[in-house]
Amino acid sequence: MNGPNKTLRFVALALGYGFLYVPIFCLVAFSFNQSAVLTSWSGFSLRWYTSLLHDDALLSAALLSFKIALLAATAATIVGTWAGYVLARMRRFRGFALYVGMLSAPLVIPEVVLGISLLLLFVEMRGTLGWPEKNGLLTIWVGHVILCMSYVAVIIQARVRDLDRSLEEAALDLGATPLKVFFAITLPLIAPSLLSGWLLSFTLSLDDVVTSSFLSGPGASTLPMEVFSRVRLGLKPEVNALATLFILAVGIFVVVANRLQWRKEKSAS
Amino acid sequence: MKTTFSRLKPSARTLAIVPPYAWLVAFLLVPFLLVLKISFADLQFGIPPYTPLIHLEDGIAKLDLHWRGYQMLFSDSLYLATYLNSLKMAAVTTAWCILIGYPVAYYVARSSPGTRNVLLLGVILPFWTSQLLRVYAWVGILRNDGLLNQLLMTLGLTHTPVEIYRTDLAVYIGMIYAYLPFFILPLYANLVKMDLRLLEAAYDLGARPWSAFWRITVPLSMPGVISGAMLVFIPCVGEYVIPEMLGGANTLMMGRVMWNEFFNNADWPMASAVTIVMVLLLLVPLALFQYYQVRNQEREAGR
Repeated sequence: MNGPNKTLRFVALALGYGFLYVPIFCLVAFSFNQSAVLTSWSGFSLRWYTSLLHDDALLSAALLSFKIALLAATAATIVGTWAGYVLARMRRFRGFALYVGMLSAPLVIPEVVLGISLLLLFVEMRGTLGWPEKNGLLTIWVGHVILCMSYVAVIIQARVRDLDRSLEEAALDLGATPLKVFFAITLPLIAPSLLSGWLLSFTLSLDDVVTSSFLSGPGASTLPMEVFSRVRLGLKPEVNALATLFILAVGIFVVVANRLQWRKEKSAS
Repeated sequence: MKTTFSRLKPSARTLAIVPPYAWLVAFLLVPFLLVLKISFADLQFGIPPYTPLIHLEDGIAKLDLHWRGYQMLFSDSLYLATYLNSLKMAAVTTAWCILIGYPVAYYVARSSPGTRNVLLLGVILPFWTSQLLRVYAWVGILRNDGLLNQLLMTLGLTHTPVEIYRTDLAVYIGMIYAYLPFFILPLYANLVKMDLRLLEAAYDLGARPWSAFWRITVPLSMPGVISGAMLVFIPCVGEYVIPEMLGGANTLMMGRVMWNEFFNNADWPMASAVTIVMVLLLLVPLALFQYYQVRNQEREAGR
């Protein structure tokens, strides 16, 4: 029988998941600590959550971040879907290797590279075209779209590849134009992947520090930039509170999405 | 090959390919070439803070190349130490991710569907949670008065706090922690697709579990290991946030040096030269990653 060794299995999984989760639990626990000393427990309190509500710098940064994340996720989903569809269906055109290379580069290249190169582009453009006038929402948005579209493209091309071609071919045989087939048949079929691509882009954009730092301008500080400037010097209890809310939101969301998908898979099989 | 668009005139196919291609060229390739260009410029006061590469002299265009950035990079031993240290730290981080991540991915992939779903959720959740905040969680644990030192001192293992925060060790812990899900997920995707009948055949032919694992599972999972390892190694070489948050002043990493040249010294040509050398050093791993991406594409297309 090829059943895995029980003890080994338990040890490996306990170590792996312990490592992944112990720090998160500590972070969450200390967000409810009464004193500002974040290393010893002095009683339960919600004071850091209330101070979060009065932190104007953090709130305005959060607003900007949500704005950018909404815009970037939407654009990245459109461009990424297009790029992923091309990747899956239109192969062997001239420059295909360069295309795959460019599309997969943002998945791996260090973010400082992406940040500096786009900044230099905008500086050159300002010099020659006079546009964009200043760095800010727009420039950060472009950076995030580039950063996120590769993830969308990877998700979409995997889904497009698994599609049953017969539906699309039937529609073509019945005289629909390829464009119509794409919007009426292909797009609805890959809709769940569009949603996960959008959500992944949204969280990536909401979490980005490095690219935003290069591309932001005066007065355009995003939430991660604000958080990073506070925590690079040490512990900040209000950041623990913020992190707890964040983890809670992501946790609820991921579990619900997983439950829904699981039920669907079960009813399908 | 028959595609939806092959029934069209080639021009329509081109119309579909050109926009995403152009977008990537404009915002990924061209910016990178600009970094290359500016790495050969010299510092000047003004906007932009670098000299033009081509200037007109008596109506003749003259090319003005400056090697200052590269000369400094190769003459100053601090830069050399930084490169070596970045590569070393990324390599050690990758090795630990393989060591911790492979068994996790393996046992998750071999669990029953219900358990597998829950365990996979446990890896996906940190993947979706802010990396910045997850790294920040370690600050409270690793500090001299932090939770780890309190635990060690309560257990009587040490009397004086062990210094971890603001050392290279803290950066290793932070990087392994931050990038572990990026290794586990692609490897899991590979392992879960493996044809288990191959193992059954090996057992039928008398193979012991360990030798079947080493001779069948491990070689078959290599593409997953390599993509996962590259997803850890390449970003780690240029990592900025983690060494800045957990490392000491003497934790030398390229991303940090480049950031300082750019933001603190406002030396754009130098920062560009550091970036170019970083990418050159990453060329082999990048090519490896690219090779597996394309091969994967071809194979999936052949299905």
